[in-house]
Amino acid sequence: MPWLTHLRSAPPSALIGLALVLAYALVALFAPWLAPYPEADAAGAQYAPWAAPHYLGTDMLGRDVLSRMIWGARNTVGIALVTTVLAFLLGTTAGLMAATVGGLADTLASRLADVLMAVPSLIFALLILTITGTSVVALVLVIAVLDSTRVFRLSRAVAQGILTMDYIEVARMRGEGLFWLIRREVLPNAAAPLIAEFGLRFCFVFLFISALSFLGLGLQPPTADWGSMVRESAKLIAFANFSTWQTATFGLAPLLPAGAIALLTVAVNLVVDWVLRLSSGLKE
Amino acid sequence: MSPILKVLLRRLALGALTLLIVSAIIFLAVEMLPGDIATEILGQSATEETLAALREKLGLDQPAVVRYLDWVTGALTGDFGMSLANQRPIGALIADRAFNTFFLAGHAALIAVPLSLFLGLVAALYRETLLDRLISTSTLAAISFPEYFVAYILILLFAVQLGWFPSLASVEPGMALADRLHATFLPALTMTLIVTAHMMRMTRAAIVNLLALPYVEMAQLKGMRRWRVIAVHALPNALAPIVNVIALNLAYLIVGVVLVEVVFVYPGLGQLLVDSVAKRDFPVVQAACLIFAATYILLNLAADLIAILSNPRLLHPR
Repeated sequence: MPWLTHLRSAPPSALIGLALVLAYALVALFAPWLAPYPEADAAGAQYAPWAAPHYLGTDMLGRDVLSRMIWGARNTVGIALVTTVLAFLLGTTAGLMAATVGGLADTLASRLADVLMAVPSLIFALLILTITGTSVVALVLVIAVLDSTRVFRLSRAVAQGILTMDYIEVARMRGEGLFWLIRREVLPNAAAPLIAEFGLRFCFVFLFISALSFLGLGLQPPTADWGSMVRESAKLIAFANFSTWQTATFGLAPLLPAGAIALLTVAVNLVVDWVLRLSSGLKE
Repeated sequence: MSPILKVLLRRLALGALTLLIVSAIIFLAVEMLPGDIATEILGQSATEETLAALREKLGLDQPAVVRYLDWVTGALTGDFGMSLANQRPIGALIADRAFNTFFLAGHAALIAVPLSLFLGLVAALYRETLLDRLISTSTLAAISFPEYFVAYILILLFAVQLGWFPSLASVEPGMALADRLHATFLPALTMTLIVTAHMMRMTRAAIVNLLALPYVEMAQLKGMRRWRVIAVHALPNALAPIVNVIALNLAYLIVGVVLVEVVFVYPGLGQLLVDSVAKRDFPVVQAACLIFAATYILLNLAADLIAILSNPRLLHPR
């Protein structure tokens, strides 16, 4: 297993990142068994303090915050993952095709990507969400399409580099078809930069969806989601006071979900850093 | 025609074309609605006569191209039509808020640009030291942290705990400049923290690249002082990439401002945009999107033009 030897020589930062990503994944997968209370139902009094049985207190509707954090991992991370996968399918397919086919199709696709990238994605997303209304399907589709432009750019550039190689010329002369070329020659050689890009894109999509949820335009209540949890608990911060532990938790209420978002992004970035260094080291 | 003029004109034309296409997309996006704005306002149960009357009042009976041209020419003079939510002219609604937004972005830029240039220079000079590593670590943090995370930490520290600055950035039209700066300090600081790391890192990279060049080594071998080598030999050549980075980050500020305005309940364009999206007030969303998009495109255009102008190979053709 080449991956295992790489793992053994990984720097501590990458190991920490991997461990954190794994922890998030486990929480997301096993949320129904881990969460002590249901996601959307009241479990106690409103604004209960941080003590057993509500270890992180309850929110303004009496819902258990710890349970909502755990369910939030499943919802927020899950939807970001689906969106990133969709953006990648769209972006790499279009990018590899554009590079391999070339000509008018390549020019048209590239200009379309240029136009979509000429405006910040947040502005475009807000415009489209006004029209479609805020639903999860619209959210996933809009962000996937907007984000696929960057994947398109990268995969097209990588594929163009590979397509100048002699073995491609040989395969073309042998009479191999377009899909054989992409699948057997281009894709395996483009894998490393694309994997690193996947991590970076995931971070971006994850932050983007959380930002929209924070603005009240992403995942809608009563779905537990970290972005909306920051929004819901933001008012509490005005009552924060560090003189006692109980009043200090008011200040921590919005920071908890926001911190969960920040920590996962840091962790993914640490892993991506390592993968990038690995793949550039392999090339030398 | 001199080559530089040709390149400049081409870039300008490309910028104008982008602006035109993007404005068309913003205008025509509403056409993707299942019905049209009239059915959207009156609902499914409206009679055909009231629908037709409203369509005529809104000018919806005109072809899309005519309406687009009307909208764009109106936008150039500050007339964006009427808001659906409160039937007031959008131009008046937006004017104050646009000023507030640009004021906040400008405030952040005034702190962030000199700070990050200085820190980038320092990091380039003392690279591979503890200071340098600290800077690259903070870059990672700044990329990863959502704007509101940074904002709430700052609020907790400086507004709730220390009470130095207000946690709600409320400004009024006739406010004194000093009061205005005080009120917008925390949002500006939030944006500064987020863009500084990136700008700093790019400045460092640009200067480190230049320091490896033979003429810089020559200057060092002549016994020149380190700061003089940087200021006289390296910096003029690093200008193009640095200006580019500054413009890109200013463009980022224009977008980042949306989230920061919501956190601090600042009466700016971003807050209006978010509210209007929730209310599905199409004309206001279109107007705000057009202003944000145009500013973004123009800043990118400016960055490219400055990069072209500061390229000596284009300025002195053989």
